[in-house]
Amino acid sequence: MEHEETILSVRDLVVHYETDDGLVRAVNGVSFDLKKGETLGLVGETGAGKTTTALGLMRLVPDPPGRIVSGQILLQGRDLVKLSEERMRLIRGNEISMIFQDPMTSLNPVMKVGDQIGEVVRKHRKVSRLEAEKIAAQMLETVGIPRERMNDYPHQFSGGMKQRVVIAIALACRPALIIADEPTTALDVTIQAQVLELMRNLRDQYRTSMLLITHDLGVVAEICDKVAIMYAGLIMESGNLPDIYLHTAHPYTKGLFGSLPSMNTREKRLHPIHGLMPDPTDLPPGCPFAPRCSHATAECGCQLPALRELTPGHLVRCIHADEEAR
Amino acid sequence: MGRYILKRILATIPVLLCVTFVIFTLMHFTDGDPARLILGDTASEAEVLAMRSEMGLDKPFLEQYFRYLGGLLHGDLGISYMTKMPVSSEIMNRLPVTARLAFLSCLFAICVGVPAGIISAVRQYSLLDNVLTVLALLGITMPNFWLALMLILFFSVSLGILPASGLYGPLYYIMPIISISAASVATITRMTRSSMLEVIRSDYIRTARAKGLSEREVIFRHALKNALIPILTIVGIQFASGLSGAVVNEQVFAIPGIGKMMIDAIKNRNYPLVEGGVLVIAVMCCLVNLAVDLMYAVADPRIKMQYTKAKRKDTQDAGESEE
Repeated sequence: MEHEETILSVRDLVVHYETDDGLVRAVNGVSFDLKKGETLGLVGETGAGKTTTALGLMRLVPDPPGRIVSGQILLQGRDLVKLSEERMRLIRGNEISMIFQDPMTSLNPVMKVGDQIGEVVRKHRKVSRLEAEKIAAQMLETVGIPRERMNDYPHQFSGGMKQRVVIAIALACRPALIIADEPTTALDVTIQAQVLELMRNLRDQYRTSMLLITHDLGVVAEICDKVAIMYAGLIMESGNLPDIYLHTAHPYTKGLFGSLPSMNTREKRLHPIHGLMPDPTDLPPGCPFAPRCSHATAECGCQLPALRELTPGHLVRCIHADEEAR
Repeated sequence: MGRYILKRILATIPVLLCVTFVIFTLMHFTDGDPARLILGDTASEAEVLAMRSEMGLDKPFLEQYFRYLGGLLHGDLGISYMTKMPVSSEIMNRLPVTARLAFLSCLFAICVGVPAGIISAVRQYSLLDNVLTVLALLGITMPNFWLALMLILFFSVSLGILPASGLYGPLYYIMPIISISAASVATITRMTRSSMLEVIRSDYIRTARAKGLSEREVIFRHALKNALIPILTIVGIQFASGLSGAVVNEQVFAIPGIGKMMIDAIKNRNYPLVEGGVLVIAVMCCLVNLAVDLMYAVADPRIKMQYTKAKRKDTQDAGESEE
């Protein structure tokens, strides 16, 4: 697939939460680019800062206690960090929209699904109530729900159907960018495949860029063009699919793959990563992965390694990556 | 839905039966003889006995109770000992005053409490929230008769801008409504605040924000309706306490309502009037709570579906029994 201009460019995004237990450094300088029609998979363990990054892009980090400390979020050239709340509202749901993790709770239980879709259309397009209803009905059919169900309430839908409604809301205004935060995690496996298929089709149909947050490397391989591996609020490794899957360079990424069972090789035991992610209120001074890394040397604990470009487009944050990649 | 309403109305019958029994028993075992009170200290023992048998007070307790119930079935609440007028007409004379006072107080409590609660929730931990919290605590802890006296002292005695007693125009309603509803305003404020806080943190509010809606739209279109159920419940309960508040406040402000009527009736051992008054208040409470339950269905489609489901199940059951 050919990609044209860059839709989204995130530069050194830092998001902190100020809590009673101290400063939670959730996102510590994340940078990535997303071109039109491209899909970036943001992968990492729970607590790696994926969702905070996503909420940061929407400027929806709960404040207090959260705050975008520094960085730039350039959406088609405009820096979202600097926009006023009013201007930002014109962008949310219109140019960037978000699909949340749990469809069971992300729809308003006392509002008809048709109205929930129509609402976002009426907010951003100058259309009458009737036209909005028409668009909502079309969107429902687009995501595979008969338009007769417009007037049903969320509790009358199954989990998979609810996620379809959420997708319809997200796509109703044809946004340039969709952020999908673990869109299939809460669904059962057969439904997961259907919803992923639907998302892929709609993305291709509308040429929408997508940021897919997940901890499922299988899902990434299926629908992403690029991957960024996140750990303790930092991108540890990023690149296109072959870079990450075939030329894995970072020990953490290797650890993630080691934790997955493989169909091709018979292994008696999986090789999980030992230990836990460092406490985000008390990050180590050097590489945050060093305490769990089998390749760690004294040098790793001194200074945070910078992202280095191994091959064009393949970035890695590890001083030993050259040896690792071989 | 109609079936549900009917069911609920039928369910109030046992409640009202209990109420009549309890109040009848209480009045029966209260000290004092109505016959003696009517006739005065100068009357002879024989006269009092004759009066007692005329009033049916010499009959066994249960017989008196069932005779009273029998009368109720015909809509006969008995005769007031003092005025010799039917209790029903005495009550109808007084009821509009109390009902108006209770409804206005309830309305006032909603109109002030709900917005105050929303503001508190949206600006959680702000100065305004803290001020409202302190005011709410004051409202809950102040006895309403004391508040009534303080209001009279301040607005009528010191400032002389509000009338202290009677009920002859809109101005006369101000102080009674404030003192009756103070506790309700406070309770509704607190309930609205906590209910809103819970809703505001939920995922669908985040979805609403992600749509690009303004804070106002998020709060009023998405959050409030979801927060409404606990608020409705508390409004129903507050209406009942507003009625009992009216009883005390009618006394303080000398308002000729059911409350004042009942207190006078208790002093005079005017049993039928007390019993009738309590029954009417109980009926009002039942009706308001039924209305609240029906409003749940309006507020929440999931509850509405339960009603219709129950209805479907009923008709299914009926179908099965016919087979």
